[in-house]
Amino acid sequence: MEPIIRVENLIHTYGLNTPFCRSAVDGVNMEIYKGEFLGVIGHTGSGKSTLIQHLNGLLQPTSGTIYLGGRDIWAEPKKIRDVRFRVGLVFQYPEYQLFEETVYKDIAFGPKNMGLDEKEVDRRVRSALAFAGLGEELLDKSPFDLSGGQKRRVAIAGVIAMEPEVLILDEPSAGLDPAGRKSLLGNIRAYHRQTGATVVMVSHSMDEVAENVDRIVVLANAGVVMSGTPHEVFSRAQELIDVGLNVPQVTQVAMALARQGVEIDPAVYTVADLRRALNGLKGGRSGC
Amino acid sequence: MTEIIQTKQLVFAYPAEEGAAAVNALDGVDLTIEQGSFTVILGHNGSGKSTLAKHMNAVLLPGGGTVWVDGMDTKDESLLLEIRRQVGMVFQNPDNQIVANVVEEDVAFGPENLGVPTEEIQERVGAALRTVGMDAFSLHAPHKLSGGQKQRIAIAGVIAMEPACIVMDESTAMLDPCGRREVLDTVRRLNRVKGMTIVLITHHMDEAAMADRVVVMDSGRVVMDGPPREILVRMEDLRAIGLDVPHTVELLRGLREDGFDVPLSALSVEECAQAIIKSL
Repeated sequence: MEPIIRVENLIHTYGLNTPFCRSAVDGVNMEIYKGEFLGVIGHTGSGKSTLIQHLNGLLQPTSGTIYLGGRDIWAEPKKIRDVRFRVGLVFQYPEYQLFEETVYKDIAFGPKNMGLDEKEVDRRVRSALAFAGLGEELLDKSPFDLSGGQKRRVAIAGVIAMEPEVLILDEPSAGLDPAGRKSLLGNIRAYHRQTGATVVMVSHSMDEVAENVDRIVVLANAGVVMSGTPHEVFSRAQELIDVGLNVPQVTQVAMALARQGVEIDPAVYTVADLRRALNGLKGGRSGC
Repeated sequence: MTEIIQTKQLVFAYPAEEGAAAVNALDGVDLTIEQGSFTVILGHNGSGKSTLAKHMNAVLLPGGGTVWVDGMDTKDESLLLEIRRQVGMVFQNPDNQIVANVVEEDVAFGPENLGVPTEEIQERVGAALRTVGMDAFSLHAPHKLSGGQKQRIAIAGVIAMEPACIVMDESTAMLDPCGRREVLDTVRRLNRVKGMTIVLITHHMDEAAMADRVVVMDSGRVVMDGPPREILVRMEDLRAIGLDVPHTVELLRGLREDGFDVPLSALSVEECAQAIIKSL
C-alpha cells in the first residue's frame, strides 16, 4: 500500500525556552495509507490532537517532517494553504465554529476560498450536505437554529465540501446519544466507501474504533506505542490498559472466558464474532 | 425512606420560535427520588432529561405541576437559597463551571455565597478536595487540569455546600474513559460512603448499569423506570427511542437465540462470562 501521509521523527514542543517546556509529540513515525480508514486512539494528553494538527500544517513541527504525497508540506511555506485544502480537519465540537448566516453559506465558505466558480461551489455544497446526512430544506436556515447534532453535521459538511484527499475527524461522535453516534458514523463510513477518500478518525471509544476502522494507531505518552488491525491491537489488551486505555466490552468478556480456561480467542471484538466462536465451541462439544 | 425530590404532573415548554407552536419539553412527569438512592436518567438528545434535571434545583421553574425539594415547593422564591443548598448541580462542560484562578478558591465559591464563616469554609474545602481525591491540587490553576480533574473540582465545589443530593447533568459526556472512571468512582463513593443522593443524567448505557434505579425519558415523559437489570435488557424498546443496550446484553440475547441457557441480566463483564461458562 502507498502512504499518502508520512510522519517522520515528529517532535512538537510547547513553550520552548520557557520553564513550562513540554513535548506533546516526541519522536512520532507513522504512515497513513491511501484510501484507508484509520483510527487514532489515546487517552487525554497522549498527543493525539497535537499530532493531527501537524497533518494539515496548522502546527509546524519543532523538528521532523510531514510528507503529503511524497512532498514535505513545509518545503514551500507559502503554499501551506494548498495542504489545508487537501487534508481537511474537523475539530472536536466543530459546531462551535459555525459563523455564517445560513447553512448554505457556512458549507460554501471552504470551497469559495479555494477559488471555485459558483456552479462548482453549489454542486459541492449539495453533495457535502448529503454525505453529512442532512436534507436540502436546511440550506436556507440559520445554523444557530439547528439542534446540536445537526450543527455538527453542518460543520463536517463544510470540510467535506473542499473534497479533501484526507479527511481527519477529531472525536466526531463526542457527546452524541447512541442513535446519533451510530447514524453519524454510518454517514462517515458511507463517505469513505463512496469517495475512496482516506479517513482518519480520532476517538477514545474503543467500541467505536473497533466497529469502524481498518487499522488502529495507539498513542501514549507523546509517542506511537502500537499499530495494526483491530484484532492485532486488541490482542495486546494488557498493554492498552497499562497506558490508560481499555478494550471493547466484548473483548473483555472474551478475555474473562479465556482466563477461566475456555478455548477462545481473547482478542475477538465484535458481538457477532464472539457469538460465532461460542457456538463453535458448543457445537464441537455436543458433537462428542 | 423519605423522598428528597418529588415532581407531580410537571410540564415545561421552552419559548417557541415566532409562528411555531410550543412543544412541551416535559409533558407530565411524576417522579420521586428517594434520599440516599443512586438514580440514572437515560434518554436521547432532546428527550427532556436535562430539562428535568434543571427543575431539581430550581434553575428552571415548572410551567405546570409542582416540584418539591425536601418538601419545599421550588416556585417559592423565598426558599431558593435553601433549595440550592440541598441540591447541587454539576454540568456537562467542565470549562464553563470554573470561576476562580486557584482550585481551593473555586471550591470555596459556593460556601462563601452561603455565608459560611471563613474557618469553616477552609475545613469544608479541605474535606471536599480530599473526598474527590484532588487535595494535592488545591493551589493549582484549574484551567490547567484534565477534564476529569476539572469535573472533580466542580463536584468538590458542590460537596463543600454540603448538599443532600447531587444532580449530574451529563457531567461525563465530554470526558475520556479515564476521566469518566474518575468521576464515576467519586460519585459512587459519595453515594455508598456518605449516603449522598445521586441523580446522574447520561446516555452511556454502561454508567446506567451501576445505579440502583434507571429512569428512561422520551418525548418529555418517563417511559421506563426500574432496576438496571430489568431496564437495560429491553433491547427493542430502548433502540426504538434512540438508545442502546450494553454489548453484554446484545451478546446474551444472541446466545439465547442460539439455544444457550443464559440470563439476559448478567450485565457486567464478569457476570456475563460466568453465565456463558455455566451454559457451555
